[in-house]
Amino acid sequence: MRDRIRFSLALAGAWGFVMAVVAAAVLLVGADMSERERALVAPMLQERAASAILIAVLLIVPLALVLQALFRRHVQAARQLDEDARIMLTANPSHRAPPRGSAEIRRLAERFNGFADAHELLKQDVEKRVREANARIEQERNRLAALMSELVQSVIMCNSEGRILLYNARAMQLLRKPLDGASAAGKAHSLVGLGRSVFAIFDRNLIIHALESIHDRLRQGARSPVSNFVTTAPAGQLVRVQLAPVFGSASEAAPEGAPDAITGFVLILDNITRRIESGNRRDLLLQTLTQGTRASLASVRAAVETIASFPDMGKEAQNKFIGIIGEEAQRLSAKLDQTVGEFADSLRTEWPLEDMRGADLIAAARRRIESRLALPTKLESVDESIWLKVDSYSLMQAVTYLAGRLREEFGIREIRFGLESAGQLAHLDLIWTGAPLGSETTMAWQTDSMEAGGEACPLTLKEIIERHNAEIWYQIHKPSQREYFRIAIPVTRPEETTWSAPGAAESRPEFYDFDLFHQPGQTPELDNRPLAALNYTVFDTETTGLKPSEGDEIVSIGAVRIVNGRLLEHEVFEQLVDPGRDMSAEASKITGIETSMLENQPTIDKVLPAFRQFCEDTVLVAHNAAFDMRFLRLKEEATGVAFTQPVLDTLLMSAVLHPNLDAHRLEAIAARMGVNPIGRHTALGDAIMTGEVFLRMIPLLAEQGIRTLGEARAASQKTYFARIEY
Amino acid sequence: MGKKVLIADDEPNIVVSLEFLMKQKGYVVKVANTGEDALNAVAEFGPDLILLDVMMPRMSGYDLCQKVRENPAWQRIKIIMLSAKGRDVEVNKGMAVGADAYVTKPFSTKELLAKVHEMLGE
Repeated sequence: MRDRIRFSLALAGAWGFVMAVVAAAVLLVGADMSERERALVAPMLQERAASAILIAVLLIVPLALVLQALFRRHVQAARQLDEDARIMLTANPSHRAPPRGSAEIRRLAERFNGFADAHELLKQDVEKRVREANARIEQERNRLAALMSELVQSVIMCNSEGRILLYNARAMQLLRKPLDGASAAGKAHSLVGLGRSVFAIFDRNLIIHALESIHDRLRQGARSPVSNFVTTAPAGQLVRVQLAPVFGSASEAAPEGAPDAITGFVLILDNITRRIESGNRRDLLLQTLTQGTRASLASVRAAVETIASFPDMGKEAQNKFIGIIGEEAQRLSAKLDQTVGEFADSLRTEWPLEDMRGADLIAAARRRIESRLALPTKLESVDESIWLKVDSYSLMQAVTYLAGRLREEFGIREIRFGLESAGQLAHLDLIWTGAPLGSETTMAWQTDSMEAGGEACPLTLKEIIERHNAEIWYQIHKPSQREYFRIAIPVTRPEETTWSAPGAAESRPEFYDFDLFHQPGQTPELDNRPLAALNYTVFDTETTGLKPSEGDEIVSIGAVRIVNGRLLEHEVFEQLVDPGRDMSAEASKITGIETSMLENQPTIDKVLPAFRQFCEDTVLVAHNAAFDMRFLRLKEEATGVAFTQPVLDTLLMSAVLHPNLDAHRLEAIAARMGVNPIGRHTALGDAIMTGEVFLRMIPLLAEQGIRTLGEARAASQKTYFARIEY
Repeated sequence: MGKKVLIADDEPNIVVSLEFLMKQKGYVVKVANTGEDALNAVAEFGPDLILLDVMMPRMSGYDLCQKVRENPAWQRIKIIMLSAKGRDVEVNKGMAVGADAYVTKPFSTKELLAKVHEMLGE
């Protein structure tokens, strides 16, 4: 638009100039004439005034043609040369400027191409050296990878924000999540990936709690504390997790006695599903054996003693007692046989309970109740010397749950805690006043599913108490009118578990993206973050047709991740989708997907949740994103899956970068940027190509002053293409 | 008339012996096989002492004990818990919910009778 105004102004100027010259010439000649000559010429000029004006107006046409040619040869060609030069310098060193415009600009283009040749040679030389250096690093990397792959346990290393920096193949296998309804096809997506959030795998609060307890232990002077907990993996396995902190190098400069800065953590995972199952079975057997035996023995003993005490009882009564003895003896043998048969393969239960000071557990529970339930808490007498063997997270959930129900159902305004020793047991009391509970209530609370402070727990209170080998009951202390839940729980003596965490030593392996340690959090200030520092999911969809509003459906989703400026080609999402309708002939021709290929594939309501998990906490990128997003948005209501993260569109960004070039199709951009078009028209192939194009755009955008996500989105919105709607 | 003893246990074989022994000692005996029956029996029969098994279907001995202790009219009733559960926490809980004694199975009938005797103040 601006060009058009400039051109119009130039044309008006040129025309005005010509008119001014002609008028000046006429005035000069007029001034030179005598009075008589003027009287003779004036009527002649007046008669021809109309023709003169017509000629003057028509003069605009040749002037415009001349100006346009000049504009193309000098201005337009110079601009195109500028854009070509930028591409050569940043995105594609093999790009060359075609000869355009005036002879000078053509010569200039040749010079530029010459420089580009020299630049490319230099660059190739540098790249060769970089390749050699990379090969050495690769070798080191492979050694570490080999070591990690030999580990029996799954290992995941994260930065302090929970972004994954490193993982091994076992972790990837363990943390796969099958798509609902696609189990027959064996489809599953791993939730592990570089730069992905570990909170998509494990409950955020669980990890925060483990880190808090490590902080507490560090404050108490523990040297290398670790925290253990058991949780469920996304596919339902029980996983025993050991969390160890990673300390940053900053701690060396910190004053003595100051706690080390935790810059990340390592999770060591162990699948204990089978062990726990067999352990539970063993517990059950042992319980039925002991309790069953005791019950039978009690009957036998009572019968024998009764006969002995009353030898002169009648024959009938005597036979009855002898019958009981025989029956119980048989029951006992059967029980023993059964136990021996089943007990052989049962292993030891390993529900890991960790040693924790009772006072610390109460402190953590108070923090939690106050923050989650906004319920004030106080301490009564607490014996600081008591250590307990607990799964602190689940026990705290249990206590929070009780406090939550007391507040909701009985309007309790304050909870107090007490802890006292009772021989081999400790009594952990949750105390309140003024709301006596019925025994039905306390019974129901123990078996209801637990929910407190917006959090649900898969276990019931009863199960948690059983897991701790504890008992819980409700009591009223009449004199003080205080009521309390008392948890009787076995005490233990502290035992420090140590684990030598990898410190900030120089030998830190150069493997994967340790730079992510320095990455700031995913906050609402996302818009202010530089484009180069963000994590992206680049995706593409294939569809049955081009009109989502008329019933066209997604048949394939492909996506790839960009982390720290690297396209991670092994961290991909690729899934065909049963659209519930036939492919049109054209769509089949373009995508190569036939209707028959989509039978037995999962439907969109199964695929979208997995896809959302894949792109959690990343910025979405797509070419012509409006189209793909429209398909996703139309499914929001039906699937309950919403994609709310920011979206960037390579089509719009191409228009921002090259407003003077017409072609913004993916192939055209790829050719300009020197990206090889491989696997076009498969969702994954297109996603990868879009990702590579996007990576090359980042430096070009930076040249135009577009450095942050917010700036990129604002610039995109301004372009003409932003107005296209499907 | 002798004192009243309520036997609440779902194991018929132990009930036979207990019933026989208590009757021989001159107590008036009533038997309940579930927690709910036992609760009704407490109201109707008005026992002086309950021999209460912990593990009963539907309502456990702990719950029954607590329900009895919730009623001020039943405070004088003595409760002896009989249980195959012998861990510390279980004994602790039994005493806490209001039992007067906790006896782990198998027990000596002589000692049990002595305890009953003592509790009934005879």
